[in-house]
Amino acid sequence: MNPTGVGFKKRHIGLIAYFVFLLLPIYWLLAMSVKPNQEILGGFSLFPQTITFANYVTILTDPSWYNGYLNSIQYVALNTVISLSVALPAAYAFSRYRFLGDKHMFFWLLTNRMAPPAVFLLPFFQLYSTFGLIDTHIAVALAHCLFNVPLAVWILEGFMSGVPREIDETAYIDGYGFPRFFLTIFLPLIRAGIGVTAFFCFMFSWVELLLARTLTSVDAKPIAATMTRTVSAAGMDWGLLAAAGVLTIVPGALVIWFVRNYIAKGFALGRV
Amino acid sequence: MSLVLDRISRVVGGETHLQDLSLTLEPGSLNVLFGPTLAGKTSLMRLMAGLDRPSGGKVLWQGTDVTGRSVRTRDVAMVYQQFVNYPSFTVYDNIASPLKLAGLPKAEIDRKVRESAAIMHIDGLLGRLPAELSGGQQQRTAIARALVKEAGLLLLDEPLVNLDYKLREELRAEMREIFKRHRSIVVYATTEPLEALMLGGTIVVLHEGRVIQTGPTVEVYHQPASLRVGQVFSDPPLNQVDGMVDGAGVLLADGIRVPAVGHLADLPHGRYRFGARANHLSVFRAHDDDIPVPGTVELAEISGSETFIHVHGKGFAWVVQQEGVHSLGLGETVTAWINPRRLFAFGADGRLVAAPPRPRLGMAAE
Repeated sequence: MNPTGVGFKKRHIGLIAYFVFLLLPIYWLLAMSVKPNQEILGGFSLFPQTITFANYVTILTDPSWYNGYLNSIQYVALNTVISLSVALPAAYAFSRYRFLGDKHMFFWLLTNRMAPPAVFLLPFFQLYSTFGLIDTHIAVALAHCLFNVPLAVWILEGFMSGVPREIDETAYIDGYGFPRFFLTIFLPLIRAGIGVTAFFCFMFSWVELLLARTLTSVDAKPIAATMTRTVSAAGMDWGLLAAAGVLTIVPGALVIWFVRNYIAKGFALGRV
Repeated sequence: MSLVLDRISRVVGGETHLQDLSLTLEPGSLNVLFGPTLAGKTSLMRLMAGLDRPSGGKVLWQGTDVTGRSVRTRDVAMVYQQFVNYPSFTVYDNIASPLKLAGLPKAEIDRKVRESAAIMHIDGLLGRLPAELSGGQQQRTAIARALVKEAGLLLLDEPLVNLDYKLREELRAEMREIFKRHRSIVVYATTEPLEALMLGGTIVVLHEGRVIQTGPTVEVYHQPASLRVGQVFSDPPLNQVDGMVDGAGVLLADGIRVPAVGHLADLPHGRYRFGARANHLSVFRAHDDDIPVPGTVELAEISGSETFIHVHGKGFAWVVQQEGVHSLGLGETVTAWINPRRLFAFGADGRLVAAPPRPRLGMAAE
């Protein structure tokens, strides 16, 4: 009858379908995590028949489980701090100075992301073994710098180039030294950029499994590697695995909330 | 305190921005850097400030060579064309920042900040952030920050260009008063002849990275050394026409006969290029000795209470600046009146040969 009304509805149907399609696996994970194993294996149920939080209790009380989270969080945080503190001065240099081969070097940084991390696995493993760094948090944090530092430099450079050069010059004219200018004037101007960069570093380091698993064994074992523990002689503990999966999503969701307004700009490497 | 530029040049990526430029700025002087865009005003100013290094030549500040000295340790303050303030600082902290860095006691900083804020009429806005100010207020903050430093060299790079007309007028008049009280060397870059004339002082006319004339602003206006200076230091640009001086007087374009009176009387016979300011032409007869020149209207622009009439004729294309609002149709025939007493005469090389005498008191003002 009403063409606009029909169009409106159609659009909604499309959106809803898309939304369901996206969220169904996550819902399934959530539902599984509160189901007992018998129900998971017993049959197909859209809603949990019996709700249990035993899986979560197991994870949060068993040190061999929650240490996985602590390890992951520790090396991710380390990596974010290292990446940012290395990338900030580098990005400033790329954004403000012209030097021989600057553009080539800037692009070369990004090519580090183009090789699969597996390529670097063997050299990393041998190097870290030699220096006795295997199974430490710093080892994983450093290894993840391989792809996080270039990304951080690119994102930060984009944000920094959005700040007029005249602000730097005015500060120098006023008599600011570089460190003081950088900390008190410049950093507050690219706050959002730093937040987004931290988020991206977090995200890539948090989801990376190959390097993290290879470079650790016990003391710095990431949660994703811990999750393989659920496979035992008695079969798979599906519920526990699902609960661990849900808890893995939580930190990412939390961090995303803080930078939600700037993520698009981050994906565009700060160049919007 | 004096600033001397000794045979300065600046080449960036094979492009010459400034060429073999020498200049002496006297202590306490107001210097207007004047020239069209890309003339090298900003390049020159950045060299004076020490933001860029010259490719050749020396910069002397009070007799010492400061060519390679960092801008941080120089005695300089600068205002940009864009409104540059520290976005995360309040207006108060913005103005106070050079003083804090100089290590002044708190009470003195407070006194000076309030004083210069009062001069720039932003004393009621000290608690705000720059983003919460209008463009004019932002620029006032930037100027206040430059003033408060009391630097020996105050550089202003077209500070009023990005402001609207009304604000510009207002701030321009205030600036002139402030500069009068200032003891330091003030360098003010502008592209507008009107602004240069209002500020007065000494003018440095730049063209393609070279100084083409320096001198007291008003004098340069009346005695442009070359056709080029006359063109840029006149808005609209100086009207031009080829002409010849012979025994019978002056012949302009294709057969406009003008008597060789006043300053034109002594011109040797030969070919010249004559110039007349738009406001010295009229479509009405103003003086008895005005000479009629027939032409057609190409365009009539009304600007404020004035009309700019573009008159084309045989061998010339002039702009007549006429008081009042006139509506003239396109292609309409019109008579432009030209007065020989107001003509500039330039030689074949573009140099000034004869300029109209300066108007004395009692005569019609410019």
